[in-house]
Amino acid sequence: MTKLLEWVFGVSVIGAAWALVTFDLLNLRLPEAYKEVAWPMPVYLLVVFGCYSLATVGYRVATFNDCEEASKELQDQIKEAKEDLRIKGLKM
Amino acid sequence: MASRKGSHQTRGNGDKYSVLLPTYNERENLPLIVWLLVKYFGESGYNYEIIVIDDGSPDGTLEVAEQLQKIYGEDKILLRPRARKLGLGTAYIHGIKHATGNYVFIMDADLSHHPKFIPEFIEKQREGGYDLVSGTRYRGDGGVYGWDLRRKLISRGANYVTQVLLRPGASDLTGSFRLYKKEVLESLVERCVSKGYVFQMEMIVRARQGNYTIGEVPISFVDRVYGESKLGGNEIVSFLKGLLTLFATT
Repeated sequence: MTKLLEWVFGVSVIGAAWALVTFDLLNLRLPEAYKEVAWPMPVYLLVVFGCYSLATVGYRVATFNDCEEASKELQDQIKEAKEDLRIKGLKM
Repeated sequence: MASRKGSHQTRGNGDKYSVLLPTYNERENLPLIVWLLVKYFGESGYNYEIIVIDDGSPDGTLEVAEQLQKIYGEDKILLRPRARKLGLGTAYIHGIKHATGNYVFIMDADLSHHPKFIPEFIEKQREGGYDLVSGTRYRGDGGVYGWDLRRKLISRGANYVTQVLLRPGASDLTGSFRLYKKEVLESLVERCVSKGYVFQMEMIVRARQGNYTIGEVPISFVDRVYGESKLGGNEIVSFLKGLLTLFATT
């Protein structure tokens, strides 16, 4: 199954369950409280996901390592390499 | 690990590592990356060869590669040039054809990937018997030098969307510093159809599909090119198109 199909399947199952409870499709006569909680769930979950996403990406950007030492080390090694290659006969 | 650095004995267990270096206009960088590869492979004692796949660079990269061959030997530096700039996937296929190693490294020739990580890749691969080991900028002490806030945001944002949509089981999908078992690389490259960033992503996704095992090694990525070539709207759009294609087809 492709990822797209997995998503479509998952959303369908959750969507069906939500519609079942919110609109009482099978005449289950669930308590009113269930319907009141279920009804705003899709929007609520989307908002929660949105906030989670922003927080996660924000955190990851903030903690993205800046490799200062790596750059410096590279600069030093470039000098060393150029000199060594020159000695070995490389003509740039 | 500390005791190994000083030892110069050859790891005589028959493993050989082929390093594929696709190049285009890398006249300045090629000698440097080769020097670093020779240094770190030499120090670690692993058997290796470097395969330079030059796509008809107008700046004379091939000529520099020939000089390097004279300096380091034709058994260590192999040249597999091509007439013009063709895709990365075909460069790998072309490069592997004459590779004598049983493991293959792929990496960038512009010094953004540092050969000092090569022993870590090899040790990681041996530790878990992984089919492929991927260098990650996003975990452990991996990271990037030379990116401003905008670039970091795009990178992390794109990676997050990719993780949500594809759940690939690897933290850095667009990275191109990797170690593959040779037969795994051959098998995967044949199946991949994307270009650019998405090609590297597709390789990982197909690896998961094929139930290949993936290990990770944190790496530092030193970007000296970003200042010259900003990541523009076009690249972002084509990335998203490629991502959605992978989402819908894998």
